[in-house]
Formats: sequence, structure tokens, C-alpha cells
Amino acid sequence: MSGQPIYVPKSGLAKWFETRLPLFGFLHHSFVAIPNPRNLNYWWTFGGILAFMLGFQIATGVVLAMHYTPDSKLAFLSVEHIMRDVNYGWLLRYAHANGASMFFAVVYIHMLRGLYYGSYKAPREVLWILGVIIYLLMMATGFLGYTLPWGQMSFWGATVITSLFGAIPLVGSTITTWLWGGYAVDNATLNRFYALHYLLPFMILGVVFLHIWALHVVGSNNPLGVEKKTEKDTLPFHPYFTAKDGFALVVFLIVFAWFVFYIPSYLGDADNYIQANPLQTPAEIVPEWYYLPYYAILRSIPSKILGVTALFSAILLFAFLPWLDRSPVRSASFRPLYRIFFWLFVATVVGLGYIGANRPEGAYVIAGRILTICYFSFFLIVLPLLPLIEKTKPLPASIADAVLGRPARPSLNPGHSSASEVR
Amino acid sequence: MTFRKSYLVLALVGGLALSLGAARADTSQSSAPEMQPQVARQSWSFAGPFGKFDPEQLQRGFKVYHDVCSACHSLNLVSFRDLADPTGPAFSEAQVKALAATYKIEDGPNDSGQMFQRPGRPSDHFPWTFPNPEAAKAALGAVPPDMSDLAKARTYPRPFPLFIFDAFTQYQEQGPDYIVALLNGFTRPDDPHWNLYFPGHKIAMPKPLTDGQVKYTDGSPETLAQYSRDVAAFLYWAAEPKLDERKEMGLRVIAFLLVFAALLYFTKRRIWEGVRH
Ligand code: HEC
Ligand code: HEM
Repeated sequence: MSGQPIYVPKSGLAKWFETRLPLFGFLHHSFVAIPNPRNLNYWWTFGGILAFMLGFQIATGVVLAMHYTPDSKLAFLSVEHIMRDVNYGWLLRYAHANGASMFFAVVYIHMLRGLYYGSYKAPREVLWILGVIIYLLMMATGFLGYTLPWGQMSFWGATVITSLFGAIPLVGSTITTWLWGGYAVDNATLNRFYALHYLLPFMILGVVFLHIWALHVVGSNNPLGVEKKTEKDTLPFHPYFTAKDGFALVVFLIVFAWFVFYIPSYLGDADNYIQANPLQTPAEIVPEWYYLPYYAILRSIPSKILGVTALFSAILLFAFLPWLDRSPVRSASFRPLYRIFFWLFVATVVGLGYIGANRPEGAYVIAGRILTICYFSFFLIVLPLLPLIEKTKPLPASIADAVLGRPARPSLNPGHSSASEVR
Repeated sequence: MTFRKSYLVLALVGGLALSLGAARADTSQSSAPEMQPQVARQSWSFAGPFGKFDPEQLQRGFKVYHDVCSACHSLNLVSFRDLADPTGPAFSEAQVKALAATYKIEDGPNDSGQMFQRPGRPSDHFPWTFPNPEAAKAALGAVPPDMSDLAKARTYPRPFPLFIFDAFTQYQEQGPDYIVALLNGFTRPDDPHWNLYFPGHKIAMPKPLTDGQVKYTDGSPETLAQYSRDVAAFLYWAAEPKLDERKEMGLRVIAFLLVFAALLYFTKRRIWEGVRH
């Protein structure tokens, strides 16, 4: 398999520039020449979609910011002004609001991909942790953004979440006062949230840069979880993966467009079309769907401080995955038991999300507690202990072996080895 | 997989299913007496991918708002000239001008520092009958909510699995369906403040609409059923005035993306032809 040639500047100007800053060489290497495992499946296209979504949120956000007014008296009206009077303002606003949801849907798929194929294992620990940092920053950004339209759910969601910090012993109330810029969520809060909502996406951009840098040091994992060894294991990024990623992106855009144009309010909360009113608590305060599993964990624990601790640990545990999972085999394809627990974990998270959307009464509380225990057990019991009892399937000697069908090992997908010609 | 292990897995899956099932059963029991009856779904001209507002229905709905609801409810975000929107009620410019002129709008201060009343202009927004929310509350017992976003600010619960289907069937009209139900929900003749669909059933708004209350000029039936549907449609337009434009554009965007995706698919297939992966 011959890779793409390395970048050679042709014109005089290009040569001049390249000797001073090898930017185009870097870009060429990153997005044209880099050899990728040839067996990447469509679950590997979501990283590109995430990069697109970040750019998309920044682009739509900057234009929204030109029409938005961060003032507790005017914010709601300015969003309505965007929806009614600004040319294509409704499109921008619906695209940005649903874009945030799509961004999270895609990041969850991307993370589950990593979990299934063991992409966090050595040598990809730093790459993985950078991903967790991006995820944390996204959660903060989404939360801050949701307060900006200053509807009932914006206001009360912000009140509930910021009050969580009040649970911290001794300094709790000082911290919430400091976060609010006063003694309640108010104009000062909105102003700082707006400033931070504008800032964080650019911090995400910086971490994404590091994430991609780390990726290009260690390379992509792949569905087999065996490292690429020779050129035969790989294909150049362009045209193979540009074509595949491009196709996947457009399919994703169809789903995105379905939401924006046909069901733009499906993922939103009706209460957020009522202007914030500090004197009237809504019947139910529900966060955006992408926080619901954590919200369920928070509410499953009777003590506030322990609940908050559980909430943050539930997120931070992802950063410790490389050390919690002790199996030497990466891909779940070769881990029959892990595969089952993986799907149980997915079911647990979906179940928690469902519980998070409902009022914490009766059996919902009990189910929430059971699932919270399941959630933590996955990280703290299953992952460390599973390798002790699990008999993994034999790994292929190389990607090429598995895909190009030399002494094929039993567990591999036979469909792939029947292709006629090898290029 | 050994028997012990598969048993463990089965037990876990079963436990999960049971706990969720129990949760559902339990809450539906405990909230049964509190439960509102299911809101009935109406058929709307503006539902679905090809949905469009029906200007005649919006004109009738506006008349209901104008003759009845506007006595208590404001419509702050809508201006008179919005009524001329061709994808909305599509009143003529002359009609809008004449309508605006029937309102008295406070303006000023003038050169001598006085506030004054003048006839409305098409660019003015609908004024409210009450000087402030406190006055409304004192008169009515609760503040009547502003109607500009009302049809998007109300909904009713769509339990699992309905809310999953809603994403595919594009059900977005919970608000107008709820409003229709509410207006038809004053089912206790002895208590005008009792409503079948209002959460808690005690509503500060007395039954606002009855048969024959509003005169229609286009021969449509002058019934509560018709009024409530027309005014709910009008309110949905007020809350979502760009709906026609949005759905039309969506059709074009998705058609384009489908073609583009097909082309990319074949390009990708061509590039990967014979390449094992
Ligand atoms: C006599 C004054 C009055 C009139 C006329 C009136 N309303 Fe109301 N309306 C109210 C008040 C007061 C409330 C607040 C009710 C409450 O919160 O208990 C209200 C609330 C509502 C609500 C919100 C209910 C909810 O779920 O929160 C809707 C919808 C509504 N009105 C529709 C209408 C429509 C449509 C008309 C015209 C056909 C109308 N109203 C005419 C006084 C009025
Ligand atoms: C990581 C990327 C981003 C995410 C996840 C995100 C998320 C959100 C969310 C959830 C909302 C509330 C949506 C609503 O219900 O209206 C919002 C609103 C907003 N965002 Fe962002 N955002 C991002 C980037 C940006 C950027 C870069 C800017 C500005 C430069 C921006 C400007 C705004 C503005 C002005 C609003 C308020 C208008 C509105 O409510 O639609 N956003 N954002």
C-alpha cells in the first residue's frame, strides 16, 4: 500500500513560507497523507462530525451574539427579536439550539465508540483525557448557553445547578454568591454566563487542537484493537477517509436538518417560552436531555453533598478509564463478557436518563438508586475485575491478516475476506 | 459463556427491566387520581412536512382573539402589520391600517413633556387593556399570560413510547391541541372556573367562549368547537410566524442533502472499490 507523497511546496512563495512555518506540511500530513488503519468502520466518522459541529456552533453563535442582549430585562425579548425580526434569525437560533443537542448526541456516540473498542488504553491515555476535558467544557458551555434566552427553565435550571455548589462545606455559600455575582441568579449572573458562554467554545477549540495533535502522535485505534504495524495495515487519509467521513457527515446533516426544520422544539422545554420569573417556580425543573443521567444520579442520593460528589465523580470517572480497565485486550469484539457489560452500561445510562426526566417519587427513586449503583459498579467493579474471569478470543496477528484474509482467525467477519482484489 | 455467567447477566438485565417497569407502574398508580384526561389531537393545516397556515382560519382566529381574548390577554410581540404577512393571516394593507387606527396608543412625551394618545399605526404592537400585571391580577385573580408565545409555552405530557414516535411523525402541535382542549374543558356548568385540562383544575380564567359568541363572515360554523380551533391556530401563528418559510426551506434542504448524500455514497464506493477493509 503506497501512502500519499509527503507535501512538497511547489511555488516560490510556498517554499518561502514552508521554511518559516511548516503549516501546510502539517495540514497535508494531518488530513491527506496520514496512514489510517484500513479497517475503520463508520463509528470512526463521528470525530470529524464533532469538529464540524464545533465550527458550526461558533459560526451560528457569533452571529446570534450580534443580535442578542445579555440583560435580564431584555434577553428574552432579544431572542424573540431574533426569532421574529432578524433575517433568518429563526434559522440561526433553531440551528444553534438544536446544534447543541446534536453536538452532545455525537459526542456520546464518539465516547461510547471509545468505550467499546478500548480506545482509551495505552498509548492513548492523554488523547482520551483531552477528550474528557472537551466533554466537561461542552457541558459547561451548554449549561451557560441554556441560561441565555432567560426563559423560566433557563432561570430555574441555573438556580438549581449553581445551588449545588452551596453543598460544599464551609465555603459553599461564598462560592454560590461569587458565581451569581449577588445573592440570587440575576442580571449579574446572566452577564457573566454570557461572557463565559462566548469564551468556552474557544477554549474547546484549543483543547481540540491538542486532542488532534495527540491523535496524530499515537494514531487511530481500530475495530480490531490491534496496532497497525506495516503499511499494509493502512490506507492514506485522503481519499479513503475523506470520502467516508464526508458521506457520514452529510447523512448526519440530514438528521440535523430534520430537527431544525421540522421538530425544532422537540428537544426544548415549553416552559422556556415563558420569560424568567423569580417569583414563580415551574412545576418541574428539568435540565436539557444530555444532563439527565447525571441529574438522576444527583437526585438518587438523599444527602446533597454526597449527591453532588456522586454527580461529579460520575463524570470524572471517565478520565480514569485507562487505569480502571485492566484488560490487555482493547476491542470488545474479542471480549465476550465485556461486550455484555458494555451494553448493560448503555442500558443503565439510558435508564438513568429516563428517570432523570421524571419526578423523583415512588419507584423512580428506587430504580434511580439501583441504576446509580449499576453505573458506579461498571467503573469500579466490572472494569477492574472482569479480566480476572474473562477468557478473551485470540487476536489476529495484524490488521492486514484479519482484513486481507491470510491464515484467518475464527472470530473475524468473513464478509471482508471475500473481496476479490487487493490494492 | 458458562452457565453461571449467563445467569448473572440475565439477572442483571431482568433486574433493570423490573426496576424500570416497577417505576412506571408505580407512578401511574400514584398519580392516577391527579391525571388529566388525554388531550385530543386535532388535525392542523400546519402539521407535517408540507404544513402551511390557512389564512382564512387565521383571520377567523384573529377575530376571536380580537373580540374575546384581547379583553384580558396581551399580544406584546405582534405588531398590526404582522397581520398582513402573506404566510400568516394575510390581511390587506388597508385592513391593517384601518384596524390599527381603531386602537389608542400612548405616545410621547411631546415637546411640552406630555404623554398623549394617538391612533395606532401598522408598526405599533397590540396594546394591553391593563396598565400593569398587578392591575390584571387584582381584577382577575391571576395574570393572564401574554399570548405571543403561548401556543409554544404550553404542552401536555407525552409518555414513553409516544414521545419517541413524535420525533418521527413530527408532532409539534401539543400547544394548540392543549389550548383547544382547555377552551372546551369548562365542563361544569355550575363552576365557570373549573377546567378538566388545566393542571389542578381551578383556573382563574372563567369560561371565555361559548357557541354563537363571535360573528363569522365566511359562513364557518359559529360554534365553540370551531372558535377554539381557529383561535388556537392563530395563536400558533403568533408564536411561530416563520413556520411556512421554515418547512418550505426544510424540504429543499433535505432534498438537496439526500441527493448530495447519494452522490457521496457512490463516490465513496468507487474509491473503496476492491479495497478490503
Ligand atoms: C376575563 C379575562 C379573560 C379572557 C376574556 C380570556 N382569558 Fe385566558 N386567561 C385569563 C386568566 C386570568 C388566565 C390565567 C389563569 C390562571 O393562571 O389560573 C388565563 C389563562 C389562559 C391560558 C393559559 C392556561 C394555562 O395552561 O396556563 C390560555 C391558553 C388562555 N387563557 C386562553 C384564552 C383564550 C384563547 C381566550 C379567548 C378565547 C381567553 N383566554 C380569554 C383570563 C382571560
Ligand atoms: C461549544 C459550542 C456551543 C454550544 C454547545 C452552545 C450551546 C448553546 C445552548 C444550549 C444555547 C441555548 C439555546 C436556546 O434554547 O436558545 C445557546 C445559546 C446561545 N449561544 Fe451558544 N453554544 C456554543 C457556542 C457558542 C458561541 C461560540 C457563541 C458566540 C460567539 C454562542 C452564542 C450564543 C448566544 C448569543 C445564545 C443565546 C441565543 C439563543 O438562546 O439562541 N454560542 N448556546
